[in-house]
Amino acid sequence: MMRLPRFRYLAPRKLSEAAAALADLGTQASVLAGGTDLLPNMKRRQQTPATLVGLREIRALRARSGDPGSGMTLGALTRLSEIEHDSAIAANWPALAQAAASVATPPLRNMGTLGGNLCLDTRCSYYDQGPEWRAAIGYCMKKDGEICWVAPGSPRCWAVTSTDTAPVLCALGAEVTLVSAQGERRIPVEDLFADDGIEHLTKKPGEILSAVHLQKPTPDARSTYVKLRRRGSFDFPVLGIAASARLRADGTVEEARIFLSGTGSRPTNAAEAVAFLAGRKLTDEDVLREAAESIAHVARPLQNTDFSMSWRKQAAREFAARALRNLLP
Amino acid sequence: MDLVPLTTPSREKLRLAFTVNGEPRDLVVESYKTLLEVLREDLGLTGTKHGCELGECGACAVILDGELVLSCLVAAVECPGRSATTVEGLRQGPELHPLQQCFADHGAAQCGYCTPGMLVAAKWLLDRNPRATRGEIAEALSGQICRCTGYLQIFDAVEAAGRTLRGEPAPAPLLPSVHRGSTNGR
Ligand SMILES: Cc1cc2nc3c(=O)[nH]c(=O)nc-3n(C[C@H](O)[C@H](O)[C@H](O)COP(=O)(O)OP(=O)(O)OC[C@H]3O[C@@H](n4cnc5c(N)ncnc54)[C@H](O)[C@@H]3O)c2cc1C
Ligand code: SF4
Ligand code: FES
Ligand code: FES
Repeated sequence: MMRLPRFRYLAPRKLSEAAAALADLGTQASVLAGGTDLLPNMKRRQQTPATLVGLREIRALRARSGDPGSGMTLGALTRLSEIEHDSAIAANWPALAQAAASVATPPLRNMGTLGGNLCLDTRCSYYDQGPEWRAAIGYCMKKDGEICWVAPGSPRCWAVTSTDTAPVLCALGAEVTLVSAQGERRIPVEDLFADDGIEHLTKKPGEILSAVHLQKPTPDARSTYVKLRRRGSFDFPVLGIAASARLRADGTVEEARIFLSGTGSRPTNAAEAVAFLAGRKLTDEDVLREAAESIAHVARPLQNTDFSMSWRKQAAREFAARALRNLLP
Repeated sequence: MDLVPLTTPSREKLRLAFTVNGEPRDLVVESYKTLLEVLREDLGLTGTKHGCELGECGACAVILDGELVLSCLVAAVECPGRSATTVEGLRQGPELHPLQQCFADHGAAQCGYCTPGMLVAAKWLLDRNPRATRGEIAEALSGQICRCTGYLQIFDAVEAAGRTLRGEPAPAPLLPSVHRGSTNGR
C-alpha cells in the first residue's frame, strides 16, 4: 500500500483567500487542482507539502470568457476533457485540442486541469520512482540527494518538461495570469518556464495560475501537435512537437512558431527552424526536410526518459516532418 | 488567515458525508485516505480494485458526480457532498446490468482484476453515448489495462450491451459453450 502522507487541507472559496493562505504558508503549501500529478508524487514522497490548498471550490477558476473572434480565456480549472471535446477550440486552436486529447487516459483527462498541466512537475527516470527505489540509489539532487544520476558532474538537474499543452500554448503565443496576495501579472506562457529541472517554473510559490488567454487566430493560421510515446494511451510525451504558422495560399511561410516537449527542462524553442522557414515554401519537400532536420537537432534526447537515444534521434526527424506536413492545408 | 482547515495533522479524522450508489453515507475516516481506500476499507465495497495506486492501470475507476475518475487519485477530503457510483451500483435490484451479463456471456473477464474498472468505464460511456461504435468503445476504455483478455472480448461485450440497452438483438457470443454454461443457466 502506498498511502498519502499526512497533510492539512484548506478549501478556500475565493481566489483571494487561496492567495492569502499561500502567502502565509510559503513553500510549506501546494495547491491541489485535479491531483493527477501531485497525489502520485505525494504517494512516492517526491513532494510532501504540509498543507494542500484545494482549488476546486473556487468558481472563478472554472470561468471561460471571450470567443474565437476576439480571443478566449480559459480558467485554470478547465479540465483537459472539456478542451478535447470543445468544437470552438478544435476549429480555431486545433493543436490545443490535439494536445489535450493526447494527455494520459480518459479518466485522467476528466480529472486533470489545464493549470495543473502547465505546472506539471518535470520528470526523470531516476526521480519518478517509489521511496525505496530512490533510497537505494541515495536519492538525487531534485529531492533529498546530492548528485544528478543523468549527468553526475552536472551542477544542475536535467529533469524533463513532459506536459503536452505547454509547447502548444507557447507555439500559439498564449498568455497566463498569475495571482498572488500582492496582485496579479500576465505573462507569455513561454516565460512561465525556466531551464532547470528543479526550479522549472518562474511562478513564485505564492502565485496561483488563474487563467490561460488564447489569442484570436488569424484566418490563415494553422496549428498542430504530434506526440511520440511508447503506447497510444497513458504515456507522457518522449517528444512533443507543437507548431503554428501563417501560410500564404502558395505555401509560403509568413510566420511560424515551433516548441518541443520532452527535450529539456522547459519547452524548447526551435528558433532556427522557424527563422529558416520564414519566406520559404513549406510545399517544397527539400525545405520541409531541412526544417525537420533543424527541429530534430534541438530535440536533444537525454537518457532519463523512454527509448534509446539513437532511435529517438531518428524518430525526431520523422516526427518533425510529420508536424510540418500537418501545417499544409 | 481565517480559513478553517478541514483537517490538520493533529486532528486526523475527517467527517465524510456523501452518496455512494444512491445511498447517503456519513462516516469518519482517516483524513489522508483516498476515495479508493474509503470505499474498500471503511465501506467494505471491495468491488473497486486496488491496482497501481498511481493512475497507471484504471482498476480503481468509479463515476464521481457523473464523471469517470480514478478513485486512487481522489483525496477523501475532496469528497464531502459528492456522489459516487462503483461497480456494486451497476446491478438493478436482483438483475445484473446488461454490461455485467454481456461480460459474463462473452468471456470478457479472465482473472477479473480489471473487470470492475472496465464495467464502470463502459457504463460511463454508454450512459453518455448509447450508440458508441467499436472505435469509441476502444477509446473510452483506453485508460483501463487488462493483462489477460487481449481486449477483444471486452469490446465485444460492450458492443453487445449497447445493443441490449437499445433494445436491438445482440449477436451470440463467439465462445465455446463452456463459457456460456458458467453464467447461471443462461
Ligand atoms: C498515468 C499518468 C499518465 C500521464 N500522462 C500525461 C501525459 O501524457 N501528458 C501530460 O501532459 N500529463 C500527463 N500526466 C500528468 C497529469 O495527469 C496532467 O499533466 C494533468 O493535466 C495535471 O493536472 P492536475 O490538475 O491533475 O494537476 P495537479 O496534480 O493538481 O497539480 C500539478 C502541479 O501543479 C500545481 N498546480 C496545479 N494547478 C495550479 C494552479 N492553478 N496554479 C498554480 N499551481 C498549480 C500543483 O501544485 C502541482 O504542483 C499523467 C499522469 C498520470 C498519473
Ligand atoms: S535529472 Fe538528475 S537531479 Fe534531476 S531528477 Fe534526474 S537524476 Fe535527479
Ligand atoms: S489503482 Fe488507480 S489507476 Fe491503478
Ligand atoms: S481479466 Fe485479468 S486483467 Fe483483465
